[in-house]
Amino acid sequence: MSMGLLRLLRGKKASAPVARERLQILLAHERGMRGQPDLLGVLREEILAVVSKHVTLDPTKVIVRLERGDEVSTLEVDIEVPNDFERKKVAVA
Amino acid sequence: MAKVLVVTSGKGGVGKTTTTAALGAALAQRGDKVVVVDFDVGLRNLDLVMGAERRVVFDLINVVQGVAKLPQALIKDKRLENLWLLPASQTRDKDALTEEGVGKVIADLRSRFDWVICDSPAGIERGASMAMRFADEAVIVTNPEVSSVRDSDRIIGMLDSKTVRAEKGERVEKHILITRYDASRAARGEMLTIDDILEILATPLLGIIPESQDVLKASNVGTPVTLSNADGAPARAYMDAAKRLCGENVTMHVPAERRGFMDRLLRRRAA
Repeated sequence: MSMGLLRLLRGKKASAPVARERLQILLAHERGMRGQPDLLGVLREEILAVVSKHVTLDPTKVIVRLERGDEVSTLEVDIEVPNDFERKKVAVA
Repeated sequence: MAKVLVVTSGKGGVGKTTTTAALGAALAQRGDKVVVVDFDVGLRNLDLVMGAERRVVFDLINVVQGVAKLPQALIKDKRLENLWLLPASQTRDKDALTEEGVGKVIADLRSRFDWVICDSPAGIERGASMAMRFADEAVIVTNPEVSSVRDSDRIIGMLDSKTVRAEKGERVEKHILITRYDASRAARGEMLTIDDILEILATPLLGIIPESQDVLKASNVGTPVTLSNADGAPARAYMDAAKRLCGENVTMHVPAERRGFMDRLLRRRAA
């Protein structure tokens, strides 16, 4: 009560509730992941393996990003493919 | 029955070593026979905080490797009859801490002391996992701050899965000790509250140590804070925590904001 009043008078927003909420969301996720294989790592490896079958890849030119949302998360895989890969493929064939 | 207690946190700089020294001294002051063991191989500091840095001859790794016998490595506190220190090595590699070797040393310490308090290094690597491996109880030192709470949660997960007790299907009894609690910041809503932390970590509270100059002064002079200023707020909070560890029911005291009139005036004008 006095805390809220003080805040109101000073016109400031307390940061502690934000901290609590961020922690609750994060820890709920991290506890679920504990002991599980690293999903991001597995996906990265498997996607790379599939693409490598068809294209010669430079592993440093592959970027994987994860954005975690409340409802859904997005996994973004950015693979730089050399422009001459079609030609190489033809040459192999 | 001897108890092995690990003081741990995951995060560094939250007050593990201060807490180990203070709880060790507090339990010894109550009459129990206590040894504090430094597991921070390569970065030992418990000797310094205990004021025994010039008396280290042998260390934990010497004992683990059989170079020294346990009684040779134990350093007796000069102030308290019942308090002993087993220092960490400053030079050796932490990989020298084998599970078998540490287990033997802990078993030996159990037969000689009432309390074996293991000061864990920060992190979740070998030193930290060895410090908690044989624990019966754990004090998780947490600051009211997001990164510390997250790391505490991680450490709780390890205590529940990677300890000998956990592997036998038994429980390590866990306690949260909140340190560096700043009542004025809490009053302004700038700091996670005690209730927030306990709710998130779902672990009972052992005590709340207020942010205080006493703690820094104590480490400056190499004396556990319960001895250097026994009447100060941190010392009293640590003494209460020690009583709770012994099963006593002590009312929890949440540090309140104590500001004099001049303080208020000055702060208001400065703001």
